[in-house]
Formats: sequence, C-alpha cells, structure tokens
Amino acid sequence: MLRSAISAALIGAAVGSVLAGGVLLARAQTPAAAAAGVGIDNFTFNPQTVTVKAGTTVTWTNKDDIPHGIAATNNAFKRSQALDTDDSFSFTFTTPGTYQYFCYIHPHMTGTIVVEAATGSNTTP
Amino acid sequence: MSDFDSNDGVNRRKVLECMTWVGTGVLWTISGGVPHSLGIMGEAMAADAKGLTFLQISDSHMGFDKPANPNAKGTLEEAVGKIIALPQKPAFMIHTGDITHLSKVSEFDDADRIISQSKLDVHYVPGEHDFLDPDQKLYRDRYGRGTKGAGWYSFDANGVHFIGLVNVVDLKAGGLGNLGNEQLEWLEADVKDRSASTPIVVFAHIPLWTVYPEWGWGTQDGAQALTYLKKFGSVTVLNGHIHQVMQKVEGNVTFHTARSTAFPQPAPGAAPSPGPMKVEDDKLRTMLGTASITFKQNEKQLAIIDTPLKS
Repeated sequence: MLRSAISAALIGAAVGSVLAGGVLLARAQTPAAAAAGVGIDNFTFNPQTVTVKAGTTVTWTNKDDIPHGIAATNNAFKRSQALDTDDSFSFTFTTPGTYQYFCYIHPHMTGTIVVEAATGSNTTP
Repeated sequence: MSDFDSNDGVNRRKVLECMTWVGTGVLWTISGGVPHSLGIMGEAMAADAKGLTFLQISDSHMGFDKPANPNAKGTLEEAVGKIIALPQKPAFMIHTGDITHLSKVSEFDDADRIISQSKLDVHYVPGEHDFLDPDQKLYRDRYGRGTKGAGWYSFDANGVHFIGLVNVVDLKAGGLGNLGNEQLEWLEADVKDRSASTPIVVFAHIPLWTVYPEWGWGTQDGAQALTYLKKFGSVTVLNGHIHQVMQKVEGNVTFHTARSTAFPQPAPGAAPSPGPMKVEDDKLRTMLGTASITFKQNEKQLAIIDTPLKS
C-alpha cells in the first residue's frame, strides 16, 4: 500500500507538472512534515473541506463497502487507483491553492483541499 | 423528466407519471402507454408469450465479498441456474453492467465462466465498476468488439431495435451518469431513418431518467437522448445500477430497472447513502434476481417479469 501510494505520488508529480505546466511541484522525497486524513464514509468525504500547509501529505481512506476513486477537477493532481474497502491514497500538496476533487466512480461525491503557504499568515483564504 | 415530457408533440398521450415499486413477480403489460398489472407470476407464465422474449441480468459484481453478500459468485450461479431451467429458452440475454466489482481479470473470468453456462448470447453494456482497471481496457478487450467509443452499439432482433448505451465514463464532478456528445450524435443518427413503428429497447447501466440525484441515480444528458426517440410508438428503457426494481411510464416510454444478482441497495432516501445493504440472511434472495422481457408481435405490447432468486 505504502509503495503504491508513493509511486502514485511520484507519477502524480510527473503527470501533474506536465499537465499543469510545472505549477505542481510535488516531490515524494520531501520529508513529510505534516499529514492530514480524509475519510470516505457513506459516500461522503469527511471532512469535506480540509485546509493544510504546503508540503502536507493528504491521505484518503475508504471506509465504505464499495470502491471509490479520487480525481481532481481539471486534473490538478493525479487520480487514485480504485480504492477498495480500507484502501488508502496519498498525495503531497506542495503548491498553495484550492484543489477541488470528486469520486470518479460516484461523481456526486465532491471535496476540497485548501493548501496554504507553508509560512506566513495562517488565516484561511 | 418533466423537461422532456412537456412538449412531446402530437404523439403525446395522457402522461402517466408514476414511480411504482413493482411487487415480486408482477407482470406489467404496456399497451398504448398505459400499464396494466396482469397479476402474479403464475398467471403471467400461463399467458401465451409468442414473439420475442429476452432476459436482463445486471450488477453481478464478481469479486464482491462484503457482509451484504459474502458469496456474490454463488448468487450469480443461482440466477444462471434458474435461467437454464426456464421452460422456454429466451432468445438472448442483456447484461446491464457492473459485471465485476473491481475490474480484475479474475472477476471478468468468473463472470464469463458462470454466465456462459446459460448458453445464451449476451449483449453487454458496462457499469462504472467495469472500468476500474488502470488502463480502462479490460472491458473493451472482452466485450467491445464491433462497438463505438467506450462500447455503445445497436442491433436488431425480431423487428425490435436494441440500443446499448454507455453512461459510466468521463463522469463530471458533481454530476450524474454521462453519455457525452459523441454518443448522443451517434444515437441520433442511429434512429433517424427508422420507422416510428419500430419498437425500441434502450439499455444502459445507470438509469437514463432521474431516479434520485442526491445519490447520483440518473443520467445528466439522458433527457437529450430521449428526445431522439420521441417519434417511436414503443420505447423501453432498461437499466441496472440501483439494485432494485423500479418502473415509471411516461407517454410511450417505459423505464425499468432490474435487480442485482449480488446485493441489494436501499430505497432512495431510506438510508444515509446508497451502497450494499445488509439484510437478514433469509431475506437476501428475495431482493436479488433477474428480469424477463417479452414483446408480442403486432400488439405493441411489452411485458416485464421480475423474478427474484427466492419469492
């Protein structure tokens, strides 16, 4: 799981920088200073909006008896593999911004990751 | 739906807008857009069923092993066993998607092995669970021969025109099932020159009509697809995805969803979310099953019989 998560993050970094013209600078080697979790319960991302500092690794974990999949609206980050029950997907957000995402299997499920600059103001945009 | 039934022109009949929970084994006969329940299955089977009879199987979810049904393979085998035992052999079968749970090769293999025991031709459309392999190619490699795009196609049988649609790919954030412009254009061209008296059967995984948008149970451009079918006197739309029988009649269009062979889901709004629903063991097989659809020649009649694994 860990290995696939890391390789997914690496691929995500590569694809992300191509797609977003280098805007996304995720590097899996960056020491993970911070982590945040999003649970998937009853077809809902919980919490629906997560605010983190740049460099934070966000991990989604599926707690439903049905698979879910994470995809960024506008492909801002690499989509996950299908997550079966108890499977996880991680991505390290290094660039500040607001990332909308949804479940590509059940697209009525949506969520948001807000990434703030690592230093400076800690007010929510 | 009201946005397409509000202006359907000269063919418009009195619109029957009903969402009916069809009871176990009830036969529905549709004549002139008006549904009649002809009674329970025993009487229905006794009725003369000349014409075309085919079966619908749906949502096999090979690989599913959660508490709602730890043995989805076994219940698919039971369903196929009942099909093999039918006194009259159906012409063919349609499968309305979610053949597998996670699009694994072994899951597709299990489905093929079990379903092929019916010795019937099977016309497939994919569910969202059939496109979960990283390259999204296993479904198309197996079932996509002769199809367009992600796997849509049409064929004719006994004077009935069948259209298999794909509404489970390229889903949009916040949206429902999606057909997309390329498929809609193909559909328009596919039916354009056909006689209005041709009975039409459309089958797709996610319901083409909006059953319950809060749970994603609908197709955002489904109404657009139905505008191309307005001229036809008999249109039947067969779907899966929601793992329960639901029927609605609007004008000359009958919408019907089939049971799953794997696990039930709650009625719309009856639970915090959709998903596999655990019921008491002795109740499970009453909520799984298949459907049989019969056309009687020259009568513009259609009969759908939903048969649970256990009544």
